[in-house]
Amino acid sequence: MEDPRHGPAARVRTGCDLVIEFPLMGEVRILKTLADAGVKPESVVPVASPLLKPVDLYTITEFPEHLMVRAANMKITVDRRSLVIVNISGGGCPDVPFLAAAMTGKRLPEAPQPKDVGHTLCAYELQLAYEEARRRCLP
Amino acid sequence: MLAIVGTVPAADFPVSHGTLAYTRGDLAFNGGPLEVQRGTPALMAAAACACSTLGLGAPYGFLVGDIGHGKGSRMLYQYLSEHIAEFACTTMVFHYLQPIAHWHKRVLEAVEALPSRPRLIADAGFMYAAKMGGQAAAYDLFTPDIGELAFLADENAPHPLCTRGFILHEAARLPELIARAYSHRNAGRHLLVKGQPDYVAGQEGIIATIGEPAEPAMEAIGGTGDTVTGIVAALIEAGYAIPEAAVIAATANRMAGRLARPNPATAVKDIISHIPRALEEALFEKGK
Repeated sequence: MEDPRHGPAARVRTGCDLVIEFPLMGEVRILKTLADAGVKPESVVPVASPLLKPVDLYTITEFPEHLMVRAANMKITVDRRSLVIVNISGGGCPDVPFLAAAMTGKRLPEAPQPKDVGHTLCAYELQLAYEEARRRCLP
Repeated sequence: MLAIVGTVPAADFPVSHGTLAYTRGDLAFNGGPLEVQRGTPALMAAAACACSTLGLGAPYGFLVGDIGHGKGSRMLYQYLSEHIAEFACTTMVFHYLQPIAHWHKRVLEAVEALPSRPRLIADAGFMYAAKMGGQAAAYDLFTPDIGELAFLADENAPHPLCTRGFILHEAARLPELIARAYSHRNAGRHLLVKGQPDYVAGQEGIIATIGEPAEPAMEAIGGTGDTVTGIVAALIEAGYAIPEAAVIAATANRMAGRLARPNPATAVKDIISHIPRALEEALFEKGK
């Protein structure tokens, strides 16, 4: 395997930095490993284009008793009164069904967070939707 | 034979294959029970229902456990690239696998080396891998939702999470996104875009729009996109032309939702049980 350590592209360089190249799909798991080791990356950017950034727009759908938050192609739906996560939809990576099984039926404050039990970019999307749902539903 | 390839959310589920049967609300895989919550089992259950309604033989499943590490997906990619010639697949659906472009390429090479090329449908992670690898045009049908369509439309995006800001995930811009995906050869020969409304499209543009019956709660229910992919796969296996199959499948999926009287907390399993009646009604409505 090619050495994954590189110098950064000029557009994302901030000093005497080291770049570690990794498969985009493993972002959540790799960031978790680095955090466990006490290492916080300066930034995480796609190699193809450092200008590509995660989607930061949310689509909110109000149902009579439920709130649905969509971030990119992941959706989380919460019962506003009980705060129970009633459905998780979307995504394409194999940890989505795993996360849905782990989170559905649990209350927002107690449910496991996608960043802690997921591994892929779809998990990261779901984390964004989860955080937005918390922001909107919890005091 | 209709073959369905995907994953289940378990770390210890080995690479397995076998027939699929759906009876009285329960899915059986290779003779044993398979829980239907969402994802590939939901697709499989819908396809098994639809095959039975259409008088086809039982679909065949290829499964492995994967909780997001990608280890199981890699094992299944490898199995398929080495053994697919041993199975008489006429239609293949690829679903929730970890998107890995080089493994996708090996599987596609093995499929294209078959004496008779099956019709190819891709959804979820496998569709991402096909686009990432620049091989989307090898597929007969992609079944994205609007967020995934934005990913197909952005030739630089490595994942639906990272579409560029000017490519908005807005229903009003769907026709533009479809045209853009085709202009960069990042779509299958046909698209069934799942949303409100659903669109059926090809290189020439939008072929059909299906907006009724409309149940807004369906968007919240995990697995309703998987069921429409299962139904369309069965119809294609039955010999329907892909645009016609896509229109009937989208209509039947909506009718199944209407029959289930869903709310945002409904489970997809409660919708799947209505697919046989919904498909019969959709076929009748289309004069089939």
